[in-house]
This record gives sequence, C-alpha cells and structure tokens, in this order.
Amino acid sequence: MGKFSKILALGMAGCMLASALAGCNGGGGGASSTASGASSQNDTKVKEIYFLNFKPEIAEKYDAIAKQYEQETGVKVKIDTAASGEYEKKLTSEIAKSNPPTIFQINGPVGFQNWKDYCADLKDSEFYKLLTEENKDLAVTDGEGVYGIPYALEGYGIIYNSEIMDKYFKSENKKSDVKSTDEINNFAKLKEVVEDMTAMKEELKIEGVFASTSMAEGNQWRWQTHLANLPLYYEFKDADPTGNVILNGLKAKEITFKYNKEYQNIFDLYLNNSCTDKGLLSSKSVEDAMADFALGKAAMVQNGNWGWSQINEVGGNKTKAENIKFMPIYTGVKGEEKQGICIGTENYFAINSQVDEATQKASQDFLIWLFSSDYGKKAVTNDLGFITPFNTFTEKEQPTDPLAKEVLAWKAKESGDIKNPEWLFTAFPSENFKNEFGAALLEYVQDQKSWDEVTAKVIEDWKLEKEATAQ
Amino acid sequence: MQKAMKRWFPILVLPTLVAFIIAFIAPFIMGVYLSFTKFTTVTNATWIGLSNYQRAFANADFINALWFTVKFTVISVITINLLAFVLALLLTKAIRGTNLFRTVFFMPNLIGGIVLGYIWLMVINGILYYSNATITTDPAYGFWGLVVLMNWQLVGYMMIIYVAGIQNVSVELLEAADIDGASGFQKLTKITIPQIMPSITICLFLTLTNSFKLFDQNLALTAGAPNKKTQMLALDIYNTFYGRPGWQGVGQAKAVIFFIIVAAIALTQLYLTRRKEVES
Repeated sequence: MGKFSKILALGMAGCMLASALAGCNGGGGGASSTASGASSQNDTKVKEIYFLNFKPEIAEKYDAIAKQYEQETGVKVKIDTAASGEYEKKLTSEIAKSNPPTIFQINGPVGFQNWKDYCADLKDSEFYKLLTEENKDLAVTDGEGVYGIPYALEGYGIIYNSEIMDKYFKSENKKSDVKSTDEINNFAKLKEVVEDMTAMKEELKIEGVFASTSMAEGNQWRWQTHLANLPLYYEFKDADPTGNVILNGLKAKEITFKYNKEYQNIFDLYLNNSCTDKGLLSSKSVEDAMADFALGKAAMVQNGNWGWSQINEVGGNKTKAENIKFMPIYTGVKGEEKQGICIGTENYFAINSQVDEATQKASQDFLIWLFSSDYGKKAVTNDLGFITPFNTFTEKEQPTDPLAKEVLAWKAKESGDIKNPEWLFTAFPSENFKNEFGAALLEYVQDQKSWDEVTAKVIEDWKLEKEATAQ
Repeated sequence: MQKAMKRWFPILVLPTLVAFIIAFIAPFIMGVYLSFTKFTTVTNATWIGLSNYQRAFANADFINALWFTVKFTVISVITINLLAFVLALLLTKAIRGTNLFRTVFFMPNLIGGIVLGYIWLMVINGILYYSNATITTDPAYGFWGLVVLMNWQLVGYMMIIYVAGIQNVSVELLEAADIDGASGFQKLTKITIPQIMPSITICLFLTLTNSFKLFDQNLALTAGAPNKKTQMLALDIYNTFYGRPGWQGVGQAKAVIFFIIVAAIALTQLYLTRRKEVES
C-alpha cells in the first residue's frame, strides 16, 4: 500500500506540474510546430485564403459568399469569426499559426500600432483605388503607406420605436410640451419626454423607456466606447474647432474629461428609466438589450445600424421595420441642437504582409471581387448591410434596412447645418483604457464608486495608457 | 522478464517521451525564453532582459489576483477536504445505498469546468435576483460562488480517494482498539487518520494545485468582474497575454512566476504530508 501510493503520489505530482506548464504555454505550443510550411505554395496557384471576420452577427452570411467565390474562381476562402469582444485575442493566436489569416481587421490607428508588422502597404493596390476620393482620408495611414482600408460606414445613436413614441405623443395624459420626436433636439427635452414616459409606462405598455444598460463583461462597449465618444469629441472640438478631432485625439497625452457631467446626465437617464433594475444590469448582454427593444419592452436603445440584424432575428419580434428610427444622443452640451448621430468606421481591412506575395494578391482579389462584382455587391448591400465607401457602388446600391437608411438620411443632412460627430473613439489610447472605463462604470452603477472617482479614473487612465503605448 | 524490460526500455519509452517533449518540455522552454522578450506573436521576439518581470511585479492586478487566489485556495482546500472526508466516513459505514450516494456525489466531477461555471452562474444569479443583485454586484459573492462551485466539483472526487483509503484501514487494529475500550474519536485520530495519510497527501495535493490553477470556472462564473476584483492568477495571465497589446511578454513572465509558485507550494506540501505517512 505504502509503496504503491508513493508512486501514485509522485506520478500525480508529475502530471499536475506538467499540466500547469502546458496551461501557461498554450500559445507557445501552437507556434513551435508551425514556423515551417508557411510558404510552400509559391508558384502554384493559391488555393486557399483565410479571412478572420470581426462581426459575429453576419458570420453566416459570409459563409455563403465564400462558397460562391469558390465556385467562381476555385479559390477557397476560409472564414472564421471571433466572438464578440474576443477579436484581438483570436487574432493573436491565429496569426502565429502556419496558416495565418490573410485578411484581418484592424480597428483604426491605435489597433494598427499593434499589428504594424503584419499590415501590408496597400498604397498602390487596386483595392485602395476603389475608395472614393472623399473617403480615402478615412484609410489608416502611417507616413506614406496605407495599411487599413475602411469598408463599412456605420452610425449609432438612440434607436427608437416610433410606434410607442406616437402613442405617447397622442396620449391625453402626457405632461410634456414636446409634440413629436422631431422636436427633441437637446438633452433637456429628451429628459422631459423620457421621464414623462416612465411615469406613464403602464399606459404605453412598456417596462421602461430604455432597454437594459448592458454591463456584463464584454458587453460594455456601448458605454465605454460609443457613449464616451461624445464628451471627448466636444472636448477636442473645443480645443481646436477647425482641426481633425481624431488626429488631435491621437496626439493628446492627457484629457480633462471636461464634459463628464454631460456623460453622467445621459448615463443616469438610461439607468433610471430602464426596463431593468440597476442591480441586475451586470448580467445583461447587448443581445438582451436588443431583445428588450425588439419585444416592445422598451421604446429606446442606444446602438448602431448593425443592431438591425439583431432586432430582426429576435423571435416574437413586435417592432415593425418602418417604425425603427434614429435620434442623436443628446447629453446637454451647448449647441447640441445641431448635432447628428455619430457616423464613422472602425472597420478596416488589412492584408497580412507575412504571407507570400501570391496569397496577398489572392486575398486582395477576393476583396475586390466582393466590393465590385455584381454578386459581391448584391451580397454586401443586401446580406452584409454595409454602407460602403467604395466608388463601385451607386447611390441605389445601398442597404435598405431601416437603420442603414436612417444613417444615410442623417449623412445627407450634413449638407444642411447638421454635424454628425466623427468616431473619435478610434483614437482612444487602448483597449485596456476602455475596459477600465467600463469596470469603473459598473462600479458606479452598483454604487461602489462615485461619479467623481469614475472621472478621475478616466483622466488618469488616458494618461497612463498613452504613456504605455508610446514606449 | 526484468532483463528484457531493461533492454527494451529506451524503445518502449520513446513515443511517450517524444510526445512529452513536444507537448510539454519544448513549449515550457520556449515560454521561459519568451518571458525575457518583447513580442506580438510568439514567432517574432526580441530580447529585453528582465523588464517583463519588473512590470509584472509592479502590476497591481497581478498582486490583487495573487491574494485573491491565495485566499480562495486556503478556504477551498479546507472545505473540500473536510466535506470529502466526512462524506467518506459516512459512506463507508453500513448504510443502505452507499453505492448510489457515492455515484451521485462523484457525478459533478464529470462535467467540464466551463459548463459547471455557467450552470452555477444561472443558479446563483437566479437566487440573487430576489434581492436585485447579481454575482458581480459584490466581489464577496463571486468569491463564495467560486468556493461553492469548487466544492461541488471536487468533493465527490476526493471522497472516492478517501473511501479507498478508509476501506484499507486494517480491521485487526480497529478490533484491538475496540477491545482496549477506545472511543470512536480516538479510533479516528489514532488509527484511521494515520493509516490514510497517503490519501490525504494526494487529496491535499490535488485540491491545492487545482484551486491555485483555477481558470475555466473563474472565467465562466465572474470573468473577474467587478473591476477585476474576482480575478484569479490564471485568468489574469490570460487577460494580460491576450487582452493588452504590448503586454504579451509580461503575461509570459507572470506565467513563469505562476509556475514557480505552484511548483514550490505543491512540492512543499508533498514533502510535509509524506513525512507523516506510516507503513502499514
């Protein structure tokens, strides 16, 4: 017995230690067996390219496109999709493999810094030439080179259900003077309407005006990225009214978070008029919020036009397409009557420079096919729902889903005096900055941090993360 | 027979050895090397010396995760082993249906950690729902949630090991003690426990290392929320490596430190408990 158990114990010890090591070094394990074999297909025709997709909501649509492309050209397109919020992790492990992604996505200038060594220069490429002149500015550049090509313009704001809103405006019990959603053009009016609606939620048959403020891990981007865009946009705009806010944001080593009270305004409005109790928000995901909206439990939700597919796919969806509209996010900044919805992009294609020339070329060919062939263009507008920045698309070839149409409508208003804020958050210092911001917001929601502490944390993190990335 | 074994030993051991080198030794050496470098992916590294280790120790998240892990390990090692031992004692008595009970208690161990994590997340959130809270409302909820989860998973397994040990306690000794008029408690502390020391060694070892290295359950149950206050070491390493561009080397350094800690604790524990083992 004694001897046997000693051997057993030692054996166990060996196994446990070994598995401890293996656990820590999963990434290393993949790589050691790979380095060879990456470039065995030099002169033969490229058989397979690999696209690592960023958008889980349209993953299935890409599979159909890949099949069609293989039929037409014989080149297999391997599509893989990272789960929401996991793209950087997935890319880190995938790109070290022997068959790395040949097309991947970077989220703007900050993301580019991390993947610099892997982004091919596309300055002279046919793909870059597809961009319309005005949209060439959007591309991610470094010195002379062009490394990321934007492929989808997106917009976000407060999505509202006009059916519920009309019901409210027609009601005799309403106390606010605002007569229609079009009249809401600043925070004071928004607050008045929202709070009045909350008071009448039984009559309106809603559980709250706003859908759940999703605070689950990985689901905080609507607040720490998108909502945070507005106060910082105004901060940089104030400092330099005529300059490019994104470039100024990239240059800024520090921020003062001047409009933090405005952020708090709208965030509190979301929390206090929500269909979900504050205490439960930390378990809510973005899908939950979109379902709240689709099922008619809430009249408004802050999200972008990509949310359409989620609303549309919810079983028992009660919201009609023609009733889904956008309204700008008003926070109480002076002059916001002229503010539109936030339109920009964080979707840039990059081609992996570490794979051989032929494969790079084949990857580009696929993208050119996707955005210029008849089949590809149809798939892009109807299935993927992208508002593209390419010159191959005519004005008629734009997505017809209700939210994309709204984005186009708001973009058209720019010829008047409306200004749609850019996506400044592509200049935020790092993912970590956003995650820390999100964690602080969760603590604020749960009454574990005061607003001043959140503000101080954001200011400090901006500085620290900028310093860290400058190293 | 012995001779033949000796002659064929190198060939027989070769497949396992090759597998072990590819799967464990090589990644380990590479991992240690990478902890001294700066890299984006593991194939393009430049040597930067010890600065990853400096950054790892200066990182508040790492230190917090270390303390959280230590607290968790202490509590769960004690509770798991106590519960498992008590169950084993009960289920070696002549009670009807002991086999059924043993099977039932062992079953949770057959479910993967990530699945268990999500099951318990639903259970715990379902209960906390009545007080308008979730598991991430307070770090203490997450901590005790993890302890409960870990107990549920490991108690059955440890119980089986204890049962095997208790069944091997010599009946002659117990009978002799009965004749000498020893009480039940005396028999337990003077005969049963010393005789099952080998089982205790194994159980302590397994619970200690498993608790310290916990990852799946932590990820599924709280993912570190709120604000990384329930983040354990393995999860912190994972997040450093994959979540922060430019910090991959630091993540690797943390992994090496983590290995040294786990190895040191496990070997010390083995040494200490094995000294107490008696030959029967």
